[in-house]
Parts: sequence; C-alpha cells; structure tokens
Amino acid sequence: MIRDITLGQYYNADSVIHRLDPRIKIIASLLYIVELFVVDSFIGFFYATAALGLVIALSKVPLSFIFRGMKALLIILIFTFVINLFMIDGTIIFKLWIFTISKEGLYAALFMTFRLVLLITGTSLLTLTTKPISLTDGLERLLYPLSKLKVPTHEIAMMMTIALRFIPTLLEETDKIIKAQQARGADFESGNLINRAKNLIPIIVPLFVSAFRIAHDLAMAMEARCYKGGEGRTRLHPMKYGKRDLVAYVLVFAFLASIILLRIFI
Amino acid sequence: MSIEVKNLCHVYEAGTPSESRALEDVSFTIENGKFVGIVGHTGSGKSTLLQHLNGLLKPTSGQILIDGVDITADGTSMLDIRKKVGLVFQYPEYQLFEETIAKDVAFGPKNLGIEGEELENLVREAIEMVGLDYEDYKDKSPFEISGGQKRRVAIAGVLAMKPEILILDEPTAGLDPRAHKDVMDMIKNIHEKYHNTVIFVSHNMNDIANLSDQVLVFAKAKLLKDASPREVFAMKEWVLDKDLDLPDVTNLCEALREKGFDLSETIIDIDQAEKEIYDIFK
Ligand SMILES: Nc1ncnc2c1ncn2[C@@H]1O[C@H](COP(=O)(O)OP(=O)(O)OP(=O)(O)O)[C@@H](O)[C@H]1O
Ligand SMILES: [Mg+2]
Repeated sequence: MIRDITLGQYYNADSVIHRLDPRIKIIASLLYIVELFVVDSFIGFFYATAALGLVIALSKVPLSFIFRGMKALLIILIFTFVINLFMIDGTIIFKLWIFTISKEGLYAALFMTFRLVLLITGTSLLTLTTKPISLTDGLERLLYPLSKLKVPTHEIAMMMTIALRFIPTLLEETDKIIKAQQARGADFESGNLINRAKNLIPIIVPLFVSAFRIAHDLAMAMEARCYKGGEGRTRLHPMKYGKRDLVAYVLVFAFLASIILLRIFI
Repeated sequence: MSIEVKNLCHVYEAGTPSESRALEDVSFTIENGKFVGIVGHTGSGKSTLLQHLNGLLKPTSGQILIDGVDITADGTSMLDIRKKVGLVFQYPEYQLFEETIAKDVAFGPKNLGIEGEELENLVREAIEMVGLDYEDYKDKSPFEISGGQKRRVAIAGVLAMKPEILILDEPTAGLDPRAHKDVMDMIKNIHEKYHNTVIFVSHNMNDIANLSDQVLVFAKAKLLKDASPREVFAMKEWVLDKDLDLPDVTNLCEALREKGFDLSETIIDIDQAEKEIYDIFK
C-alpha cells in the first residue's frame, strides 16, 4: 500500500555515483534542471538524455526501478501533453469536431513532456543514489555560507534529516493504527467520499498523538545527550572531496558549457 | 468457538529484497473455552499469527477455521470475524481517539451496528469489567488518564464487542508490577465470567504458568511445542535454550531440590509449592 511509493527512495548499490560526495551530486542535479531549461531544440534534448543515460548506467540503478517511481506522475505527464497539444494555436494539421491540433501544439506537447520526463528522472537519480542522511549533510554544507547571515542552516538540515528518518516509523505506526481500528470493526474501504473522510478520524487522531509523543521523546533523548544546535559541533565523517569528485566537477561544468554552446550555435 | 490452524505460512513483502518468512507451516487446534498462552523469543512470529486469527493478515498459504468455517475463503464477512474474534494489540492505548472514554469504547459495537440503550449497556458493562467506575470515567477524555488506565479503556473497547474469542498481544507490556497484576487479574476475571476462549502472548512465564491450559512455543517462525504448561516447563534445558525463562516458583523449587529438599519435580503452581514446602518443615 503506502509503502510502494518509490519516488524519493534510496536504491542501495555500490557504484561510482553512489560514492560521489553529496555536494557535487546536489550541484549537478540543480545544474541539470537549469540546463533542461536552457535547451531549446530536440537535438539538445537527445544530448541531455544521452548524458543522463550514461549517469544511470554508471549508477547501477535498474531502469525499471526508476520508471516504477514515475508511474505515480503519469497523470501529470499525460495532462501536460494533452493541454499543450490542444491549447496552442497555429498551423492546423488535424481537426475533429471541436478538437484541433496545430503543428506548434504538437511540438510544444512533445517538448514539454520530454523536458518533464528528464526533469523527474534526473532529480530522482539524486535521491536514488544518495542516502537521505548524506543528502541533508551535503545540503547543510552547501548552505553553510548562509549561516553567516544568521540563517539557521544546521537546524534546517537537522529538521530535514529527522523528517526523512521518521517517514518509515510513521508509516509503520499508521499501519498499526489502521489494523487496530479494523480489529474494532472499522471499515476504511467502502462508503461515499464524505463517509470515508469521516472514517479517517480514528486513524488521524492517534497518528498525531503518536507523532507528538515520538517528537517529544526524541527531543528529550537529544537534550539528554547535550544536543544544543550546530555551533561548535564536529562531525563523525567530515566531508572531504576526493579525486573522483574533482573529476565529476570538471565533467559537470564541461557539460554545462557544451549545453550553452549548443543553444548559441544551433 | 474452536480454532483450527492448518499449515499456516506467512511471508512479508514476498518477492522483494526485504522478504521475511514470519510463519512456516504452523498447525494447531484450540478448543472452546481454553486459556492459551503463546510464548517465543522476539521476532518469532507471534504477533503475525494473532493478526491472522481475525483476518487482518491473509495467509500466504494455509487455512484458519473458526468453528469449522474457513475465514481465509473469499467472500467471508470480515465484520462477522471481527465480532467473533476480538484482538487487543500491543500498546492498545495508542489507538484511542474519541473525546470521551464512553464514546471510544462505543466505537467497536457501533461499527457492528449496535445502537441506543443496548449500546450504552454494552459500554457500561465493558468499562466496569476492566475495573473502572462507569459514572466517574465515561465523560473523561481518554488522554487525561494514566497509562495503566488507558490500557484498560483500550481493552474495554474490544470487550464491548462481546468477542467469543479474546486475543491479547502482550497485554502487560510496559506496565509497572502493580498494573501488571491488575490487568492479568482482570483478564482472568473476564475468562471466568464469560467462559470465552482467551489467547494471550506474554514474555512473563509466571503468567503463562498460572493462567494457561495450553502453551504454544514459537521460535524462528515455527511452532515448536503445543502442550500444557507443566509439560513445557518440565523441559527446563530446552526452555532456556529457546531464550525463554522458567516461572519463578519453578526456579525456586529447583534450587531447593538441588539443596536436597524433597520436592516433586517441575512445580509450576505456587499453591503446590507452598504446600510441599510447608510439609517439609511441619
Ligand atoms: N509489517 C511487516 N513487514 C515486514 N516484516 C514484518 C512486519 N511485521 C513483522 N515482520 C517480520 O516478521 C517477523 C515476525 O514478527 P512478529 O511481529 O510476528 O514477531 P513477534 O513474535 O510478535 O515478536 P515480539 O515478541 O518482538 O513482538 C519478524 O522477523 C519481523 O521482522
Ligand atoms: Mg509481537
């Protein structure tokens, strides 16, 4: 059931991409998003797809796994495609009753869908190959300069880490509560929408109570171990760039440059 | 209500890397009105088994017959099973959600379609059955009472459905010794009053020895032993080998026997122990 969502999930494997420093992976993902908006031709998209394909191959994450996560977003993809297809005026190439498809519309629909698929695949590759903890660690380090401007970067990262850490716990808790209420004869599967929403109360109230209890216990446990925020805190595994990461940086920026050149000259 | 479990297997998350076999080829019979204790080291599949008995989990293979009716067959009414088989989860107090205790206890019977005066009578009976005063507690919030009291209210929530088979998963987990005794006495009273079948999971061998007619011993997803508590605790080495304990009274009598006192073998009953020790010093 709820456990089946793979979007934002980590895929455990031992690959070059998995071993890269999280900082370079975050930067590369952000740049990739920008690059997808710089690209304005199909040639560019094929180039970006090839680059992404190479990274996926290196990451050892099976394609089937990546596309399983995309299923949840299929509706959005279809919606984008259809809206673009029918809503853009131009040279009409097809007409049936009130539906018209223009050349520009078809072009835009393919274009946007292509861009979205690459966007989703590219960004999900980040979470697929980076453990949530190192992701937030990397983010904290990248945001570090902002802490000089009194932005609580450590606290933000810590909150994200905790939120990610407790998703499975809360899912498990939800599962237990659902079963406990079913044991008391609750029915969550039938009835109309309003009834179904009402039926959620016996799940949501205990879930909130549990969430607050867990949060309270965790806060106590952290305080008991003298946690007092980021200042002066050292880390168990200090992040250090290796040779691999430097090579990755060079490749990422070379790719950025090539995308810009492509845009200018084609 | 008799229960018959035949070749029950359960695999969690079959076909994924995290697949785990929680039950393997489990078969046993529980007769009507019996008090049954289930023991086993943590992770041995006890909770998984209990959730099969009222249809919350579907077996990967195997059958569960309740009074001869196969509850795993397609088209069985889940509500009927939930009415017959009441399951109290571990830490049931975390399922409370209503504004008042009376409303929370009424949730189960209401789902069974009971209303009006009959509903109120059931709620009153269930709350008094768990040793709380109905008038005092009915309008209190279930969130403003103590942990032990919450546990009682949660158990009352299942009792109010008048289950013919009452199942409790570690009903005394996390309670202090006093509340522990209260809850166990309460369960014993319920059994004596309604003569229903009671199945409980416990890590406390004193409770298992005191209360149960039949003991099921689980280890690593398998049912290893289905016998009376005396038979089980007679195999002292074996019990310890399965990471379980012996009842305190058995340990005491064993220590006395080693010192040369003339006591009978495997005493699990405190009254018997008292009598025999008294006879020695008479
Ligand atoms: N929802 C679940 N998903 C996947 N695996 C599970 C799930 N629930 C239990 N398991 C696994 O099944 C096995 C048996 O678990 P179960 O909860 O039945 O044990 P138990 O005997 O009740 O243990 P305890 O004494 O700790 O309560 C364990 O190995 C556990 O990891
Ligand atoms: Mg259990």
